[in-house]
Amino acid sequence: MSKILNHPISRRAVLGAGVASASLLAMPSILRAQDKSIKIGVYGGYFKKSFDEHIFPEFTKATGIAVESVAEPTGEAWLVQLEQAAKAGQAPADLSMMSQVSTLKGQATDLWAPIDLTKIKNSSNLIDHFVNKYPDGRVAGIGAVAWYITLVTNTNVFPTAPDSWAAFWDPANADKLGLLALASNSFLLEVTATTFMGGTKALDTEEGIQKALEKLAEVKPNVRLWYRDEAQFEQALKSGEIPMGQYYHDVTGLAAADGQPVRSTFPKEGGIQDSGNWVISRASKKTEEAHAFIDHMCQPAVQSLMSRKVGTAPTVKRELLDLTPEQFAAVSSDIPPIIPRYDLYTTKADWINQKWTELIVG
Amino acid sequence: MKREAPKSLADYSPLFFPGLMLIVFFVVPFSTMIAVSFFQRDPSGFYTPDFVFDNYARFLSLFFAKVLGFSLMLAVMVAICCVVIAFPFTYLLTKRPRKVQTIWLVCLLSVLSLSEVIIGFAWSTLFSRTAGITNLFVAIGLMKEPVALLPSFWAVLTGMVYQALPYTILVLYPALVRLDPTLLEAARTLGASPVRAFMNVVVPALRNTIVATLIMVFVFALGSYLLPQILGRPSHWTLSVLITDQAIYQSNMPFAAAMAVFLVLMSLALVGLTLLVGRRENAL
Repeated sequence: MSKILNHPISRRAVLGAGVASASLLAMPSILRAQDKSIKIGVYGGYFKKSFDEHIFPEFTKATGIAVESVAEPTGEAWLVQLEQAAKAGQAPADLSMMSQVSTLKGQATDLWAPIDLTKIKNSSNLIDHFVNKYPDGRVAGIGAVAWYITLVTNTNVFPTAPDSWAAFWDPANADKLGLLALASNSFLLEVTATTFMGGTKALDTEEGIQKALEKLAEVKPNVRLWYRDEAQFEQALKSGEIPMGQYYHDVTGLAAADGQPVRSTFPKEGGIQDSGNWVISRASKKTEEAHAFIDHMCQPAVQSLMSRKVGTAPTVKRELLDLTPEQFAAVSSDIPPIIPRYDLYTTKADWINQKWTELIVG
Repeated sequence: MKREAPKSLADYSPLFFPGLMLIVFFVVPFSTMIAVSFFQRDPSGFYTPDFVFDNYARFLSLFFAKVLGFSLMLAVMVAICCVVIAFPFTYLLTKRPRKVQTIWLVCLLSVLSLSEVIIGFAWSTLFSRTAGITNLFVAIGLMKEPVALLPSFWAVLTGMVYQALPYTILVLYPALVRLDPTLLEAARTLGASPVRAFMNVVVPALRNTIVATLIMVFVFALGSYLLPQILGRPSHWTLSVLITDQAIYQSNMPFAAAMAVFLVLMSLALVGLTLLVGRRENAL
C-alpha cells in the first residue's frame, strides 16, 4: 500500500487530478459543502437508495453539512474494513450503520469513538435499548434503523391469524413452516425462550440454551424450508406452498397491500426486533458532524419520515411521533418486542453455531 | 520422431505461460487457503495469523464425517446417473446426420447458459404442490391430488443431474465421434446384436473416457451448494453449504478454509486415481 502511495505521481495522474478539480470548481455547491461534509456508510441497495432519496438531502438542508454516502457490504466485511483502516488511521466512512453483533465486535477492539450524549439533545427521545454502551458505560452506538421479524401466514390456508409463536410447535402445522436457517438471523432461540421459558434471560447459561435447543428440535418436523435467501420463502408464502413462517413485517405488509394473500401478525409474545446502530470510527476526524447527524436522526419528525418512506420501525418513543395508528402498525407494534440476545452471538458464537447446525442438519 | 531434450532456458519458454497461470490461479489461492486454515479464529473479530490445528480438530467429528460422507455419496450418484444417461444418448447422437447433431449440441449449450439459481428455482416450481408437474398428473388422471415433490433427496439429485448433464455430453462427444466404426461393424459381422455390440465393444473401448468423465462430473457435483439448499432438506445439505455458512455468515474463515482444504484434497485424490487407472490401461 505504502509502495503505491509513495509512487512518483505520473503526468497522467496530474492531468487527471487537474480535470477533476476543474470540474469540482465548476460545481460550486459541492465546493461549498467541502468545508463541512461527512462520509456515511449505509447498507447497500434498498437502504442506501432510500437514504439518498429521502434522508440525506433533508439533513444537508437543515445543517449545511454535505453527505457522501458509502454503500456498505453486508455481513462483517465492513467491520473488518473499518478495523483495518482504523489501524492505519483511515476512516472509509466517518459514521456507519452497523449490525448489533458487529457493534459488539467493534467494541472489543475499541473501534468506536465514544458518543457524547450531551451533544445529542434529541437522545432523550430514544427508547432506552437503542443506546448501545461499552461495558464501562461510554456510548458506542445509537439506534439507526429497526425492523421486525414476525409470524407470517398465508390467508387462504389460515383464515384466522395465529396469535402466538407456539403455532410453530402445533403438530397440525406439519411440513408447513418456512424459517430462517441460522441461529444468528432467525433468533429462534430467543423466540423459544420467550414463548416457553419465561424470557430471554433463560439463555444466560449453556444449560438454558441447550434446553431451548431441545424445545426447538420439536419444531423440525413442521419445517418445510430453512431459508437463507428471502426470495425463496416470500414466493412460497404468497403461493401457499409454505403457508406459515417467520418473515419481515414491513415487506409482508407491502405484499399484502399489493393484494397478495399474506398477513403479518405480532404474536402476543412480541415480534422479533432487529436493528442497526450508528457508530463512529475512532479514526474519523469528523466527530462533530457525526454527532450533528445522529442528533438529526433522533428527531421524532425524522423517525416518522423514515417509517413512512423507508419502512423502518421508529427508534424514538411512540408518544412523540406524529404517525397515524395505521402508519405505526405498518412498521411496529405496541406489544413489547423480543430483543435478540446479541451478546450470545459474540461470546458463544461458535458453540451456538455448532449446536444449531447439528440440530438442523442432524 | 526423436525428441531432443531441452537444453537452454529458451527451450523451456513455452512452459512459462501455463506455469504462471498455474501459480496465479491455483498455487497462490490454494496456499493462502491452507495458511488460513491454520490461523487462530477470533470469535469477537476475524482471525489472527498462527499455527494451530483447532480448525481441523473441530472438523474431525462424527457430525462432519456424516456430512462429508453424504456429499461424496451425492456426487458419486450424480456422476453415475449423468454417465448412464449421457453415454447412450451421446452414442446415438453421433449416429445422427451432422445437421441434427449440431442442433442438439446448440440446445445443450443453451442449457449451460442457465445459472444454478435459475435451474434451482425452475425445478422448485416444477416440483411444487401448487404449480408443479403433479398437477399435470392429476389432470390426466394418474394421481388423486397434487403433492409436493420437494424438499427431497430425489429433487436434489434431479436438479444436479440436470445441471451436470450437458457437461457430461460435451465431454463424451469428441471421444464417441472419433470411435472407429469398423469396430462395431466387425462385432455385428460376427453376429452380435446392436445392444450387445454396444455393451461389449463400445463401452470397453471407451473405458478411459468414461472414467475420466465420471471423475469430472464427480468433482463438479462436489462443489454444488445452491441446489441442495433450494431442493433439499437440511439433511441433504452438502459440505459446501456448511463451508459457505462458516465463511459468509459466521466469519469463521479458518474453519471454512480447513473444510475447503479437506474437500480439495478429496478431489485431488480422485484425479490422481484417474491418472493411475489411465496409466495402467495404457500399459496394457
